[in-house]
Amino acid sequence: MSVFFVKRFLTFLATLFGASIVIFIVMEILPGDPALVILGVDATDEAVFALTKELGLDRPALDRYFDWIFGIFRGDFGISYAYRVPVWELVEGALLITIPLAILAMALSVVLALVIGLYAAANHNKVSDVSLMGVSQLGISVPNFWLAILLILFFAVELRWLPAGGFPGWEEGPWACLKALILPAIALATVQGAMLARITRSSVLEVFREDYVRTARAKGLSQRRTLWGHVLRNAMIPVLTAMGFQFANLLVGTVVVENVFHIPGLGSTVLKAINNRDTIVVENVVLLLAGMVVLTNFVVDILYAVVDPRLKAHDI
Amino acid sequence: MALLEVENLNVDLATAMGPARAVRNLNLTLEKGQSIGIVGESGCGKSMTALALMGLLPENAITTGEIRLSNENLLKKSERELCTIRGNRMAMIFQEPMTSLNPVHTVGRQIMEPLRLHRGLSKADAKKKALQLMDRVGIPNPEQRIANFPHQLSGGQRQRVMIAIALSCDPDILIADEPTTALDVTIQDQILELIQNLVAEEGMSLILISHDLGVIAENTEKVAVMYGGTVVESGATDQIFGQLSHPYTQGLFAAMPKLGMDRTKRLTTIPGTVPDLVNLPAGCTFTDRCPLASSICRENTPPIEALGSSHAVACHNLQQAIEARSAGLYE
Amino acid sequence: MSISSSQSFVSRCFKSRSFVVGGLMTGFLLLCAITSLFWTPGEIYDISIADRFLSPSLTHWFGTDQFGRDIASLLMTGTQNSITVGVVAVSIGLSVGVTLGLTASAQRGWVEELIMRLSDFSFAFPAILSAIMITAILGPGGVNSILAIGIYNIPIFARLTRGTANAIWAREYVMAARAAGKGKFRITLEHVLPNILSIIIVQVTIQFAIAILAEAALSYLGLGTQPPHPSWGRMLNEAQSLMFFQPLQAVYPGAAIALAVFGLNLLGDGLRDVLDPRLSRKR
Repeated sequence: MSVFFVKRFLTFLATLFGASIVIFIVMEILPGDPALVILGVDATDEAVFALTKELGLDRPALDRYFDWIFGIFRGDFGISYAYRVPVWELVEGALLITIPLAILAMALSVVLALVIGLYAAANHNKVSDVSLMGVSQLGISVPNFWLAILLILFFAVELRWLPAGGFPGWEEGPWACLKALILPAIALATVQGAMLARITRSSVLEVFREDYVRTARAKGLSQRRTLWGHVLRNAMIPVLTAMGFQFANLLVGTVVVENVFHIPGLGSTVLKAINNRDTIVVENVVLLLAGMVVLTNFVVDILYAVVDPRLKAHDI
Repeated sequence: MALLEVENLNVDLATAMGPARAVRNLNLTLEKGQSIGIVGESGCGKSMTALALMGLLPENAITTGEIRLSNENLLKKSERELCTIRGNRMAMIFQEPMTSLNPVHTVGRQIMEPLRLHRGLSKADAKKKALQLMDRVGIPNPEQRIANFPHQLSGGQRQRVMIAIALSCDPDILIADEPTTALDVTIQDQILELIQNLVAEEGMSLILISHDLGVIAENTEKVAVMYGGTVVESGATDQIFGQLSHPYTQGLFAAMPKLGMDRTKRLTTIPGTVPDLVNLPAGCTFTDRCPLASSICRENTPPIEALGSSHAVACHNLQQAIEARSAGLYE
Repeated sequence: MSISSSQSFVSRCFKSRSFVVGGLMTGFLLLCAITSLFWTPGEIYDISIADRFLSPSLTHWFGTDQFGRDIASLLMTGTQNSITVGVVAVSIGLSVGVTLGLTASAQRGWVEELIMRLSDFSFAFPAILSAIMITAILGPGGVNSILAIGIYNIPIFARLTRGTANAIWAREYVMAARAAGKGKFRITLEHVLPNILSIIIVQVTIQFAIAILAEAALSYLGLGTQPPHPSWGRMLNEAQSLMFFQPLQAVYPGAAIALAVFGLNLLGDGLRDVLDPRLSRKR
């Protein structure tokens, strides 16, 4: 465990470090003068100079990079150019919406994928399998933000079961919040779930052809017990890889879908920041999202080792 | 009444090109404690026969005939009933020890599985029994090995684990499909000897499948030689090896390297390849490769003729074949 | 390629239902784009408030939008945008990514390590995230969003190419070519590239579909194609504000995106069957 874990953890930190450098280069070195960007081209030289000084942008890039990174460790993400308040204040509430939404959507898509994938695999080449795979092929092709609009039209406008958008805030209680998050979560989960279902199905079918499955059957295990005891865990290995990517897609998908529902999550925050030319907010939100993507891949790597004992042996 | 009687077994596999006749009109009897070898080239239907006995044929297979275990026809049984027989009264060892064990479970768990399933043992009892089994099949340090995963064991050790799994519920019949083919030569003899000893001690019946005549000759009392999905020669091992009769059996024997053979001489081979199971030729399926083939061989299926007390051969030109034996049919 | 094998290639194409249906759908998409270059059923740049929100009719197949523009014509012209984005973004990813992947595979050692670690970093930035970064700096716009999607495609092609190329480098016939003294560059062109081409072609259709989806999302957010150029994502954005009283307007552009992506995905599946029969039989 330990060697494997440490190795993976170091890779995780290195990737995070690399990502932060990429973001820093793109956001702070490439665009030229952020002060000019904020104040606009009509600004006087003195005003630009003053703001540059105020934002600390006259200091060397390396110093500014380390200020940024060490600041983050202290919980200091800098000051928003547009609102002149700490970035963290803008981001904190948004995180508390986006993360639960992404987790809810992920849970939904995993349940959807496992149910459909296993059912289709169990009925391989039968009508139900072929039609489920046809539907999932269609599901992959649907843009999530369009599905979100369709869901609003049906469940909010037509049936009036759920709110069409907005977020009441956690102080209104979990039930009200869940009602606001369920449609965005479905919109996100359908597309990802359809993709995951196809992977689950082909992975299960692949494992069913393995020699050790025949061994299990020769022991007298029924088809069902073989599936749960021997097939599923092996079939989960490629599904896990896919889940890592899926979670990344989901997180970024929230940026788009939050806008359909007018939910004040990270997505809305970052869009508002882009419109306000508030690059320091964009920079930090992108780092947060990228960080979550990298963290997910790290967790998936660790889960691998739990599922597949061969992996640890190879790594040590 | 014999322990296992196979009567007129046919296995057809549905393929894109049409049905492939994997096994045709196969008959076998196996008494309690007896051992029988099934020998033939790859694709002759020997593994399909074994899977048919276990009821583990692929979904595209259609099986007809009768397989009677203690006078009960297995082909008439439901899947649920078959599950109580597999691993319990009939157990099987496969060719590939490297891939036949589940990589994500410990070997201990895999040995305990049939014990818990068929015997209803508690975890602790099953573990105790598993340790005994591992010791019996010659795995050193069972206490330590029981927690190992398959990838931590060598091929020979894994095949021992497979044997332990097969033996766990004291089956009446052990089917071993090419159990040593994938192993190093030095390990092969150890594993065969282990199977031989265990079968003798437990009074089990053994069905040993191999492409290697030598393995069969040393380990079984009876032999069935398969070609093109059917048995072409069968009988007591000593009688068959005493008087090889079918041209195919003679060919198999001639193709075996022998100790002290003249090294400048090339190994004899049987010309041609195994028949296409989808488009089987009419008559005797060996005709195209047989040095004695005559016109009748192309038209009629050869009748089974008895040769001595327990020796039967299916060949139209049996007399010629026996006469040609000493000269060497394939020289 | 001999006559018999090219015949079987064509017959395999027609046997694969995915290939036929996906090919037809993609063909229709192309046809719409080309036709719209010189003919559309209605006007799309003339604003005429009098004609707004017309119901579907013979002159306006899908009706008109809030500016009185013909929706069918907007959808048709929108295909130009989607196809352009797909072609440019995939070309960027394909040319740079395949070159990097082939280089990594041929050179091995630190070159491979460097290229692969760089592509690891870029996996932290899904298409929309990198587009957000780029548009935050360069401002929203069609070109910037294409650039962002193209950059996102680079590591995907680099990884795929390197993985499959490494397998080819281990083959006997490559060993033989090396033993015969052929250089790495020549082996790459003569042996490696032709053998991984089919896998790359399949990936191209998949990335093309993803590019269309990503561009639509960016345009929907207002970060991609800017008005007055018609784009499906932009249309959805405009329709959303009206969706409570003109719901059909939000249905058409989304359906167009879904069908385009569906066709491309089917084509990709079909190509996989056709180009690599071994893979499809396994499924």
